Amino acid sequence: MKAGGIRRFMDNIRPHFEKGGKYYWLHSTYDAFDTFFSVPETLTSKGSHIRDCLDLKRLMIVVVVALLPCFVASCIHYGFFKVLPLYLVTYIVGLGIEFAFAQIRGKEVSEGFLVTGMIIPMIVPVTIPLWMLALAVAFAVIIGKEVFGGTGMNIWNPALLARAFLFFAYPSHMTGNVWVPGAADAVSGATPLAQIDGGLAGLTYSVADLFWGRIPGSVGEGCTFAILLGALILLATGAANYRVMFSCVLGALAVGGLANLAAPSPESVLAVPAWYHLLMGGFAFGAVFMATDPVTGAQTNAGKWIYGFLIGALAIVIRLFSPAYPEGMMIAILIMNTFAPLIDHCVVAANINRRLSRSKTV
Amino acid sequence: MSEHIRIKRGLDIPLTGEAQLYVAKRVGSGTIALRPSDFRGLKARAEVAEGARVVAGTPLFSDIRRPQVLFCSPACGQVTSVTLGPDGSLEEVRVAADASREHLSFDVGKPSSMERSAIIRLMLQGGLWPCIRQRPFGIIADPERMPNSIFVSAFSSVPVAPDYDFALAGHLEELQTGIDVLGRLTRGGIHLCLPVRNYAGSDFHKLKGVIQHSVYGPHPAGNVGVQINRISPINKGEVIWTVTLQHVAAIGRFFLNGWYDMRRLVAMTGPAALNPSYVECLPGLAMADIEDHFDHWQGNLRIISGDVLTGANVGREGFLRFYDDMVTVIQEGEGRESFGWAKPFRFNKFSFSHLYPAHLLGPHKFEMDTSVNGSVRAFVMGDIYSKVFPMDIYPVELFKAILAGDRDKMEKLGIYEVVEEDVALCEYVCPSKIEIQEIVSKGIDLMMEEE
Repeated sequence: MKAGGIRRFMDNIRPHFEKGGKYYWLHSTYDAFDTFFSVPETLTSKGSHIRDCLDLKRLMIVVVVALLPCFVASCIHYGFFKVLPLYLVTYIVGLGIEFAFAQIRGKEVSEGFLVTGMIIPMIVPVTIPLWMLALAVAFAVIIGKEVFGGTGMNIWNPALLARAFLFFAYPSHMTGNVWVPGAADAVSGATPLAQIDGGLAGLTYSVADLFWGRIPGSVGEGCTFAILLGALILLATGAANYRVMFSCVLGALAVGGLANLAAPSPESVLAVPAWYHLLMGGFAFGAVFMATDPVTGAQTNAGKWIYGFLIGALAIVIRLFSPAYPEGMMIAILIMNTFAPLIDHCVVAANINRRLSRSKTV
Repeated sequence: MSEHIRIKRGLDIPLTGEAQLYVAKRVGSGTIALRPSDFRGLKARAEVAEGARVVAGTPLFSDIRRPQVLFCSPACGQVTSVTLGPDGSLEEVRVAADASREHLSFDVGKPSSMERSAIIRLMLQGGLWPCIRQRPFGIIADPERMPNSIFVSAFSSVPVAPDYDFALAGHLEELQTGIDVLGRLTRGGIHLCLPVRNYAGSDFHKLKGVIQHSVYGPHPAGNVGVQINRISPINKGEVIWTVTLQHVAAIGRFFLNGWYDMRRLVAMTGPAALNPSYVECLPGLAMADIEDHFDHWQGNLRIISGDVLTGANVGREGFLRFYDDMVTVIQEGEGRESFGWAKPFRFNKFSFSHLYPAHLLGPHKFEMDTSVNGSVRAFVMGDIYSKVFPMDIYPVELFKAILAGDRDKMEKLGIYEVVEEDVALCEYVCPSKIEIQEIVSKGIDLMMEEE
């Protein structure tokens, strides 16, 4: 293959970034851009002589593509120039910190933030002050990821940590009344989840509104249709695990269905039909894009079913029974992130016992 | 007892360059080299000096820890060099072989009328003992031990695998004798795993004195480790022996003719192999002798003794390893594809995952090179390994236990049941480009230190 302009440029400046070059201290940054532009030239030296052409860059970019429908939906709903600053701030702050950490450690820059940076602006209200967002991103990247050693080592989903940070540090900006588009001046409106406290009758949005995202809420969570498109991409490519996604929906329907049976009166929040919960708030977005995070979720297949089911179930339990938090998805996923290693431990322990009992019976 | 095994998780890598079913040539003379590094953990002592005249069956070196295990010259000729490594251990013995078939003769009898100990003694003296490897760990079997059973896989499922039905056509009597010999070494029987695709068409199902199983599914279905895991999984303290089919024939030949005859058909394969076909040769074959099979027009080539997943990069100056029955030639990765990871289609590259759409074009084969196709990262996509690892073992947990050096955990998570070849596919598909075979190798070394 003929070297293109970028390739020639990168090869020309490479000596400055190699050991002894004057910019050697920036070599992580050089590597990041170098492998961004073209496939690294590394050849196999040990083990298998051929390798699959899949790498983490590809995995991450496919997830980003799956998030694009949500991005487009949010642009339509709120306006491109309302949404764009959120992305700019998130990527500049997040990638800045990632590059700095990689530089300090002398390691390559990992691709994880491509996805995290796409998700964070989608799970905050569009009215959020940008400095607040910057602070949350910094918190998520440093405390949520880098202190553990970077992508692949973190315990909690970094994007959700950003939201949790905002939720607990600036609660007034995160719940209750949010900005609603359409009027000449910004007006306030209540989210669907805040409306159903008194049963389905309080809900002023139709199912179609919920499905197409004509509701107030966080930037990218509203349009269930766009989320479904994203889910389709993730499942068709195998970028996300179907087990978590399905069991999460199952868990929500199970708890919602039980609540329906137990509802004392149609005015109770318990009487809201279970499937409404799939359309409201951050449930669909969380189930598709955040519960399926391969790093922070359960690793074993059996564990994935349990993990997803409990996320769905817990989210609805929090929605129905906790007056302080109308939205339970964020907390449900963070709690299950915490317990994922325990679930895996139990699944693996069963495998170990199977192996031990095998030797006794033979 | 016979079982039908259905392997669901795995992958047949669609590599081009499968060997055509004809014998291109017979290599009778030339340089031959035997290396102790072909055998896991072997420390060897040379039994010959430079310049010595050897015939087929003359011991070239022996195991320091078990001196009765001998490694013999497969050909007749003169020892040209005995090379020691920097630590003083034996590295290589080279023999300039001539075409004569002079050999050491042994007094062999009918295996059915021989004592087990007599058979073992003959195999040790005759140089055939290294043909028997043991699980756990894939090392040369301990002649003092009684194995639970012996496993033989009658097919190979590696990329561009050699066809044993062709390579061993007409050798049924040797195979049967080999089976009879092995049958005297264990009380647990010999498990022979045949592929479903030509179960009835294969001569091998005529073999008597074996427990036959049929195996269906993608690679690693042909790996003996997977077959053991399904049929009679290894527990702590147990030992199972494994022998390749080509070596069963060699053992049979020894007990029929009374001399060490390792001649066999080796497949020349791979996308950069010219006229992929079979070559009749001996273990230790110099790659220089088959140079006419390398496609020099394709630039920088990698010559692999063995298959593309587990073989050794021996180079043009290298030699065929003892257990290998194929040579794979592929191109070294060259040039740097721009935005490879971001290209929407990239139809010329194969991926196991559906993150590239090449699978939509239907099944076709790919020329693959040695590019890593990415950068090394931490474990991220844990579930991809289990899709190509058909054992009842949690791979990521096992790898992490090995990295942590936790012997107790490794044992509980199944280290006794795997060797490198069993996890080779995990390494192939790994999007984080982690060298998993090396991790497992380290784990096995750790476990062997303890014993």
